Amino acid sequence: MTTATTRPADPGTRPAPPGAVTIGRARIGLELRLFARDSGQVVFSFAYPVVMLLIFASVFGDQEVSPGVGFDRYFLAGIAATGIMLTSFQAVGIAIAEERDRGDLGRLQVLGTPPAAYAIGKAGQVLLTTVVQLAVLLTVAALVYDIPLPTDAGRWLTFAWITLLGALAGTVLGIAVSAFVGSARSAGTGIPAIAVVLQFVSGVFFVYSELPEVMRQVAALFPLKWMTQGMRSVFLPDGAAAAEPAGSWEHPMTAAVLAAWVIIGVVVVARTFRWRRSGG
Amino acid sequence: MTTTGPAPLRQGTAIDRAPAVRVRGLVKRYGGRAVVDDVDLDVRRGEVFALLGPNGAGKTTTVEILAGLRRRDAGEVTVLGEDPATGDRRWRDRVGVVGQTTGAGDALTVLETVDHYARYHGQPQGSGELLAAVGLEGAARTRVDALSGGQRRRLEVALGVQGRPELLFLDEPTTGLDPAARRQFWTLVEGLRETGTTVLLTTHYLDEAAQLADRVGVIAAGRLVEVAPPDALGTALRREATVRWTEDGAPRSVVTPEPSAVLRDLLAATPTGEIPDLSVTRPNLEDVYLRLVGGTSEGGPR
Repeated sequence: MTTATTRPADPGTRPAPPGAVTIGRARIGLELRLFARDSGQVVFSFAYPVVMLLIFASVFGDQEVSPGVGFDRYFLAGIAATGIMLTSFQAVGIAIAEERDRGDLGRLQVLGTPPAAYAIGKAGQVLLTTVVQLAVLLTVAALVYDIPLPTDAGRWLTFAWITLLGALAGTVLGIAVSAFVGSARSAGTGIPAIAVVLQFVSGVFFVYSELPEVMRQVAALFPLKWMTQGMRSVFLPDGAAAAEPAGSWEHPMTAAVLAAWVIIGVVVVARTFRWRRSGG
Repeated sequence: MTTTGPAPLRQGTAIDRAPAVRVRGLVKRYGGRAVVDDVDLDVRRGEVFALLGPNGAGKTTTVEILAGLRRRDAGEVTVLGEDPATGDRRWRDRVGVVGQTTGAGDALTVLETVDHYARYHGQPQGSGELLAAVGLEGAARTRVDALSGGQRRRLEVALGVQGRPELLFLDEPTTGLDPAARRQFWTLVEGLRETGTTVLLTTHYLDEAAQLADRVGVIAAGRLVEVAPPDALGTALRREATVRWTEDGAPRSVVTPEPSAVLRDLLAATPTGEIPDLSVTRPNLEDVYLRLVGGTSEGGPR
């Protein structure tokens, strides 16, 4: 070890540290690099929706939800919405609990990292991995299962805003939930449990209109139901709207609920986010 | 106990700069128990100060409060002219902290890690220069999870000094290192001293504090029991000598601040021949330290 050459910077001429956006951009690159090097994460994020599609298509392959709409096409909507929830809410919630346990967040606190920069890094990583995940899913759906994909720009616009709002809501709620789950171990069991329950009540595994009324009312409080319904409006023919409990796709309501969850998530995060587990 | 507060600062010197760290009456409680109990402390600009004490004495808690990572329950704290509890990012950029974890993502290489964290600082040191300074230039392309314990600690130090801090906190920097890695680490800290960086380190190794520090604060049960340069620790205790000899086949000993007087009496009582097993010993640094630390567990003098 040679003599350290680090000289303290002169406080008078020391420039201000970079802002949240600059650090946030650097963190997106870091998060993507860490994601890409975690092969388990990569395989799970990109293959899980495809495996779900494969199972649904093999079990219900020849059945139809309504005339001209196969089960696989109906459930593609739910799988896309679930995929978004997994790459955002579940992956973020578990990752933060692990980072906190490992002391990664403690280092960020020591550096005076703006929490916004950390959130930007997570959101950027979630959006990019979600886009790749959906691209893989839709490619398999179209090429292997011949599920018709939309051809008009309007439906793709709907797809885009539902993906964006859903992923953002999932990210902030993932950050929010990490404040309450405690250790990485309990996060690893608790957060997927929440996700599975939401999948059951939100019409991912079942035809939503056939679920009991009570379940539907519970599901309507959470984002996944609205993401799934929004995705149905993208992938199902127009006529299918009549089969929805509300008789329409309810786009304004969907946007409002997802935006509300983003705001609720931001407020909860701002009040509860901690770099360390033990307060003090 | 002679000194209980901080050693007095030299007054009226030409460069009368404010201390890097000034602490008065610091208290931190967990569940009603004070783990830091009314601590006063000054760390001068440019000095290496060691907080020495056994595990659980309150060293880490104190450093975490000074570094703005924990809130205090009472007392005044000024670090580089600001209160750490409200220190902004500019202030944080002037303070470096080397904790007990890297927290840098195990899947990154050493160079990727320092390149990334350079982005957080106003005026970071160049990555190549930084790795050379801590002796990691050969491991730049090694993944963090493949580093040895000593290399990991060097990476932590690199991250701690990357922003060219005026004040560096080192929390038990050599715990778990083998003796060779420990020596190398000491050289690194001595290099920092030469650059004018103020260093506050915690340790439970007496030899480490004696080797590195300009002044040592001994902390036990949350209280600062003495502050002095290493060779002046426990001056009062060291003045006491123990005179031992054997009389009528039984070992005898007298603890006294005036061993010569005891010897004179002994010699007078034994005008001829040898006094069996005669010895005069003074407590070494370790004896002094153990007495300083042990004395407070029963609520010694403040």
